Amino acid sequence: MNINYPPKMQRRDWLKRIQKLGFIALGSWFSPSLVFAKQEDADEAIKKITGGAAIKDGRVTLVIPPLVENGNLVVLNVRVDSPMTADNYVKAIHVVAEGNPYPNIFAAYFTPRSGTANLTTRVRLADSQRVWAIAQMSDGSFWRGSAETLVTLSACTEMV
Amino acid sequence: MSKTSRTSITMPSSANKGAIIEIRAIAQHDMESGFRYTESGKLIPRDIIQVFTCSYNNVEIFKADFFSGIGANPLVIFTTIATETGTLEFKWAGDNGYEAINQARITVS
Repeated sequence: MNINYPPKMQRRDWLKRIQKLGFIALGSWFSPSLVFAKQEDADEAIKKITGGAAIKDGRVTLVIPPLVENGNLVVLNVRVDSPMTADNYVKAIHVVAEGNPYPNIFAAYFTPRSGTANLTTRVRLADSQRVWAIAQMSDGSFWRGSAETLVTLSACTEMV
Repeated sequence: MSKTSRTSITMPSSANKGAIIEIRAIAQHDMESGFRYTESGKLIPRDIIQVFTCSYNNVEIFKADFFSGIGANPLVIFTTIATETGTLEFKWAGDNGYEAINQARITVS
């Protein structure tokens, strides 16, 4: 390919440019998002919950606001589509965040006497991220749902 | 010495038999995550509520494990079926010997 370089572009200039690129790359390496747990940690947490069993998509609805101003207190609602009868009910719901320093947020254990598998609580989100909800049914199957959110003020990073 | 704090339960005091009732349980607690630092750079140790349980006439009907990701003053809203008149007992337990118990009565007709 034939590119027309500016006439005064010398080897030295190119070196300088490449050096700048290097600094940018280093900068992204030290960005705070890398301090937090990454997807692998979340995947591992999920694997620990399921014991390696297959997870099917669906039946689980996770609701968090799509845009969060303050990650310290985010209202989270999770519900699972289930008849909640004695032989077909939701045993547990686990909520795992991909971008938190500790991926597990909570685990809730239901019984047929719960009536519905519907839970609302308030959680901390460290970063803009995807949050997963994994439901374990009484027949041993696992289902999942997720929600993505943008967090403008992160939890956990502030000083005291 | 064990720690405790204020807790509050919001739920209907009476219900029809078989109705699904909503229960809101909140505890006053900082839920120190264990990931924050003081200005001098010292890590603040974790201090959270770990387990919340609800029993209906001494039968456990709901349990939740909390981790650092739960916000301060943890609130849980969940449901149960009103089966019989009696007492619901709510229990929170956590780090540093934290324990709190609250009760609420329900009349089922």
